[in-house]
Amino acid sequence: MERIVLPQIENFNTIDVYLANGGFESAKKALAKTPDEIIDEVKKSGLRGRGGAAFSCGLKWSFMPKTTSKPKYLCINGDESEPGSFKDRQIFEDNPFQLIEGAIIACYAIGAKVAYLYIRGEYHKWIKMMQAAVDIVYEKGFLGEKMKETFGNDFSCDLFIHKGAGAYICGEESSLMNSIEGLRGYPRVKPPFPAQNGLWGNPTTINNVETITNIPAIIKNGWEWFSKIGAPKHPGTILFGISGHVNKPGVYELPSGTLLTELINDVAGGVIGNKKIKCVIPGGSSMPPLRGDKLEGVKMDADSLREVGSAIGTGGVMVMDEDTNLLDVLIRIAHFYHHESCGQCTPCREGTGWMEKTLKRIKQGNGTSEDLDLLCDVANQIEGNTICALGDAAAWPVKFMITRFRDEFEQYVKPEVSMPVPNKVHSMRSTAAPLNNLQK
Amino acid sequence: MSFKFTEENLKKIEAVREKYPTALAAVMPVIYIAQEQNGYLSNEAMEEIASVLGVDKVNVLSVVTFYTMYHTKPMGKYHVQVCTNVSCMLRGGYQIWDQVKGKLGLDHMQVSEDSKFSLEEVECMGACGYAPMLAVNEDYFENLTKEKVEEILDSLK
Repeated sequence: MERIVLPQIENFNTIDVYLANGGFESAKKALAKTPDEIIDEVKKSGLRGRGGAAFSCGLKWSFMPKTTSKPKYLCINGDESEPGSFKDRQIFEDNPFQLIEGAIIACYAIGAKVAYLYIRGEYHKWIKMMQAAVDIVYEKGFLGEKMKETFGNDFSCDLFIHKGAGAYICGEESSLMNSIEGLRGYPRVKPPFPAQNGLWGNPTTINNVETITNIPAIIKNGWEWFSKIGAPKHPGTILFGISGHVNKPGVYELPSGTLLTELINDVAGGVIGNKKIKCVIPGGSSMPPLRGDKLEGVKMDADSLREVGSAIGTGGVMVMDEDTNLLDVLIRIAHFYHHESCGQCTPCREGTGWMEKTLKRIKQGNGTSEDLDLLCDVANQIEGNTICALGDAAAWPVKFMITRFRDEFEQYVKPEVSMPVPNKVHSMRSTAAPLNNLQK
Repeated sequence: MSFKFTEENLKKIEAVREKYPTALAAVMPVIYIAQEQNGYLSNEAMEEIASVLGVDKVNVLSVVTFYTMYHTKPMGKYHVQVCTNVSCMLRGGYQIWDQVKGKLGLDHMQVSEDSKFSLEEVECMGACGYAPMLAVNEDYFENLTKEKVEEILDSLK
């Protein structure tokens, strides 16, 4: 089986082994072509972003203005704070040079002179590893002024590592840029999109670490090779990070479109104690969960997962066995998004808190069946009404967990209303509602 | 307590400045440098950061108060961080959290009287496949068991 992002070559994370295995040959090949040819190649390969949105990488690059007097930037997103996602650190650890090579090719393709690699602050160890790798690459003359000579091309670029400081929201591309600019990590209103108005108001492209690491392989082997791996509409391999109740949790690189059941039962060694699966979150905690009895035939690629009402996200698969208390899980997820909401938009800032409080009320035994509807109602009012996708990320698990596991959640609540009225958000929903509606 | 950057750190700041086109952008790395030197971010330290970079004090304060890894109060010599997010929780993260709480006699964001330990319940640290986990200052400890936690905490002198 082909491994692109994490090749099984011993000591691949040392420069000598990397160079002996064709390291920086792709960059040489790329820099001999025109930027447009590179963008075209990546576009044709079908490579889609691995950060969650699964947007076409080549298309994203092509949005960068060709003629501009402004400096252009590349940001590589290694913030990796989504619960369930832990794949980027594996790249920093095992394949730092391919990531750097990918960054060089990406910079050349979009015309950026500077790339910022944003790594979450908690990853002290991996930041040191990456910095050491970057220093070596500078020394070898593949980055900075020296690369003009090395590649015999007029182009040069720099790569800097920016250390985050513990904010989930900075994984959102526009707050990541604010964070690099030295501001609070508040997401920006889009449009304008980063390709027009990014870092310091200049054209900027933001790609995930895994996406960038794929680039050298595509340049080396060609777009046709890449497009034939895995699911046709979402080609390539994906790093799946499996956690929770499985025997062999960890990061596994597999072709896209791999069966979820195969991933859990064969690759990750099955569920601990051979228990049944109650619930699987397929792409990190913000993605809609799937029922354990509906996993047959589910394929792990963006389109297949959308068909079954979920999403690929960052490929962070969380497996929960039959004894898991989903209310506890949902409270923990709700708490996370409440904690991480940046506070800019009212629906998210307030709604995430309401959802957490309501869920905790249910946990205390004071919930009613109506509270479950109330939770879905609050979730619906957050979703789509915020500047960034954190609102959706907070709403989806609550909404879909309750809808898809209603039978279980009904067990935690009392059947009829026992709370003193008025406590209903329903009655506050719309001031435009007719008066008789409010009095009901 | 006044705060001045050491000569060595001033050189580091100069190097950091070169990575970015604006002085403001260097604020995050410079806050880290100050926190490392001072242990935490006092008002004086934040004022010094602002003056060294030539930015407004409010810029520094707003960034410091946004990110969870910047501390405006002194933390313990060993800052113990336990993850209780979903993947850790499924594999006993809360038991580890209770164990550490009991052993250190501290709760979330408390510091021991001798300033040796501080404790924090943290959000996902990106160690989901190696859960449960805790971190002491910058180091991760993964695949924890009760015995391992005892061992780790006992080794912190």
